[in-house]
Order: sequence, then structure tokens, then C-alpha cells
Amino acid sequence: MTQTELLWIAVKTIVVVAIVFSYVPALIILERRLAGFIQGRWGPNRVGPFGTLQPLADIIKFILKEDIVPERADRFLFLAGPMLVYLPPAIGFAIIPFGNQIGDQKLQIANLSIGLLFVMSVLSVGVYGITLGGWASNNKWSLLGALRASAQLISYELTLGLTILLAIMMAESVDPQVIVNNQVQNGWGIIGGGTLWALPCGVLGFTMLFIASMAENNRLPFDMAECEAELVGGYHTEYSGMKFAMFFMGEYVAMLLMCCLIVTLFLGGWHFPFITDPDNHSIVAGLISVGVFLAKVTTLLFIFVWIRWTLPRFRYDQLMGLGWKVFLPLSLVNIAVLAVIDIFVKG
Amino acid sequence: MKNFLKRLMYRLYLPAIFAGMYQTFIWMLRPKITTQYPEERRPVRKGYRGEHRLKKDEQGRPKCVSCFMCQTACPAQCIEIVAAEAPWPDRDKVPASFRIDMLKCIYCGMCEEACPCDAIELTETYTQIATSREEKIYDMVRLLSN
Repeated sequence: MTQTELLWIAVKTIVVVAIVFSYVPALIILERRLAGFIQGRWGPNRVGPFGTLQPLADIIKFILKEDIVPERADRFLFLAGPMLVYLPPAIGFAIIPFGNQIGDQKLQIANLSIGLLFVMSVLSVGVYGITLGGWASNNKWSLLGALRASAQLISYELTLGLTILLAIMMAESVDPQVIVNNQVQNGWGIIGGGTLWALPCGVLGFTMLFIASMAENNRLPFDMAECEAELVGGYHTEYSGMKFAMFFMGEYVAMLLMCCLIVTLFLGGWHFPFITDPDNHSIVAGLISVGVFLAKVTTLLFIFVWIRWTLPRFRYDQLMGLGWKVFLPLSLVNIAVLAVIDIFVKG
Repeated sequence: MKNFLKRLMYRLYLPAIFAGMYQTFIWMLRPKITTQYPEERRPVRKGYRGEHRLKKDEQGRPKCVSCFMCQTACPAQCIEIVAAEAPWPDRDKVPASFRIDMLKCIYCGMCEEACPCDAIELTETYTQIATSREEKIYDMVRLLSN
């Protein structure tokens, strides 16, 4: 690897990290304001213009709070828990192609040919954070919450993997660049990636990926992990101060990664008809494509928040039933149908 | 067939979820019902019993004649009056000190009803700020200025 390549990777890393870490507080304030709006309230609107500095105040509060480690907790694992929740999704951004290429530079930190497998493996590490956090707390409620959360994550990872496989089948590659380029040329994954016959597969796959990613992130219709009603807060009962904030923000980072992934796999990545031109590699066109990507991600995030404040929670057996009895067979059938369609259409 | 479709839609949950999301979207755009407290306040209803006030007559003297009616009527025993000889010919006594312990007061309005001279009254002020217990014992100057 030459020095210029390394320099480019460093620049892209800084840009992506800056985007991610400015999105997380923005997401928190968006979530709280929208929650207020949906419930007929204003939400936090005192700190800064329209309450935009509220996350900053939250962070200051979290830092100044007493950081308690329970007496009989395993200190090392107790510290490792939040970090393992926070870091893996942040690493996952490395393979997201967030824009059309500028010159000969692809807007993607690491151009891995096994991109999606990397993201899948990184996402499953997130389960360890939750499990370790709950286990190390030495608290029955935390342990039960962690068990629940990890069971939920593992069962929905199946659906997640199978729907991602759908996108891989459409593009015939696990490289995110190829997947996006395929969608740019043939049509978005949500409409079947080119063949009209595959339209139902695309729509179903997108819907299942969307719902499964909500379950993966412990978002509200599936927030068994938190279960404040029956498990006193679940796996992060014993966490306070900045460690709790790590859990909290890790959830949002994972949500952002999920939205990026959905956009990359099914919603055409940085491409939007008549706005981005895939053959134009100038700086302006590149920036426009980044804007389109971010707009798509933001729309998805808005829908995530919107759903959270609309729906009540599932019961735990309903959640597992939905995961194993509905989504798993459906996604398998979906893949089989797409395979058959591919054989007959593409030959 | 129609019944089957209806049941299918019900079992799919998605139509109901979309209906719910439509509702919450409408709510996002509706006017908010929160009162932004320090800047805007809800109107106080008529006859609200808040902080006390001692009235003055047309010459600026306190109307109170130290008859102890309010002190006697007060169920919380929060009024404490010390009487003095009146310097004016139209009455016998004036209050030398008139103290109300706002921490004891239950805002029942009995003092207002007991007063023969219409000298004490409950205002509509419901915000009271103090940093110590002593500050919550209002003296005559405070009550007259209310």
C-alpha cells in the first residue's frame, strides 16, 4: 500500500467518523423532539436554538455523574461490555460506500471484497457487549435482561443474514460497491434489482430486513432488552454515568449502521434517478451523491423513530414466534423464489 | 372470500400499523398542548386563593384595625397580629406588626371571610419564591405591597 493510499484512507476515515459522531447526538435530539411532537408536547426546546444543544447538556450530565461499579461485579468485563456495544457498529462503517467515486477514489474507507460478510461478523460481536454487560453486573435482573436480549439478537440475526443474502443474490457479489453499482444500472433492490418478476421478493426482503434490523437494534416494538417494566432496565441496570451513555449511544450508532446497510443493500446506495449521475466523477457530483446517501439514511432514521413512538411493545413469546415461525420460513422461501426467478430470467 | 381477505389483513398487522403511523404523523403536525411555563401561564380561575394582601384605604393607611378576627378564624393559626394605639381619630387600633407564616397557611380564605373591614384579601398570585424558612413569614410591609 502506498503512502498516498494510506493518506486517502485516513482522510476518508476522519470524514466518516465525523459524520457518524455528529449524527448520533442529532439522532438523540431528533428522537426526543419527535417523541414530544407525537405526544402533543414540545420536547426539549430550551438548550440552544430549538433545543439542539440538548445532547451536549446530556453528555455533560453523564460525565459529571458518579460512575458506580457494583462491589461484586467483574470489573474488567463490566468495562468491556459498553465498549463492545459501542465499537463494533462503529467499525462496520468501514465498508459502507457513502458516495459515488471522486476521480479514482471510491468513497468507501476499506474496499473489501468480502464487505458484507465483514459487516455481518462485526454486527454479531455486538451481542457479546450486551451479554457481558449483563453477566458482569452480578445482578439477576441484568442477567435475565442480557439473556433475553442475546436470544432476541441471535434469532433475528438469522432473518437479517438471509435478507442480506437476498441482496447478495441480486448483485451476485458480496462487495458493497458491486451491489450498489448493480442497483445503479439495473434498478434498486427493493424493486427486485432489474427483473420485474423479482419485485415481490425485493419488497418482502426489504420489509423483513427493516423489521429485523429494528429487532437487532433493540428498538421499541422489540425492546425486550430494556424491559423497564419487568426487569428494572435489563442488561444495563447497574450501569451509570458515561458507561450507560456508551450503551445508549452504541444503540444509536448501530441504528445508523443498520440504516446505512439497508440503504446500500435495497435502496440504491448513493444513487437517485435524475439527481446523481454514476458516470460523472467530479467533486460536485460526488458531494451530491453523498448528500443523496445521507438524505436516504435520514429518512430511514426518521421512520425508525416514528415507528418507535407509534407502536407498543411485543410480548416476548410473540417476538420469538415472529422471528422463528414467520420471518425465518418467509425469508427462506423468498430466497428460493428469487433463485428460481434468477434461473429462468438470467438463464 | 371477502371475510378471508379481511382476516388476512388483520393477521398481517401491517395495515393496522400503517393506520397507527398515519395517526401519529397527524399528531406531529397538530398544535402542542404544552404550556411553556415561565413565558406563558394558564389563566387563573375566578376566585382563586393565592397569596394574601393587606388593603389600604383611600388615604394610603392600612385598612386593618387589629380586631384579631382573622387570627381567631384561621384554622392553621398562621396569622400573628400585634396591635398598637391608632394615631388617627377614626379608629382605636392599628396593627404594629402583621405576620403570616406562608408555610403554615392552607389558603382556605377564612381570614378574608372573617374580616369586618375588608382589609385582608387573597390574591391570585400562586408563585412564591424563598430561599429560607424565615423569608416565608411575610410581614406587614410585604403584605401591604402585594
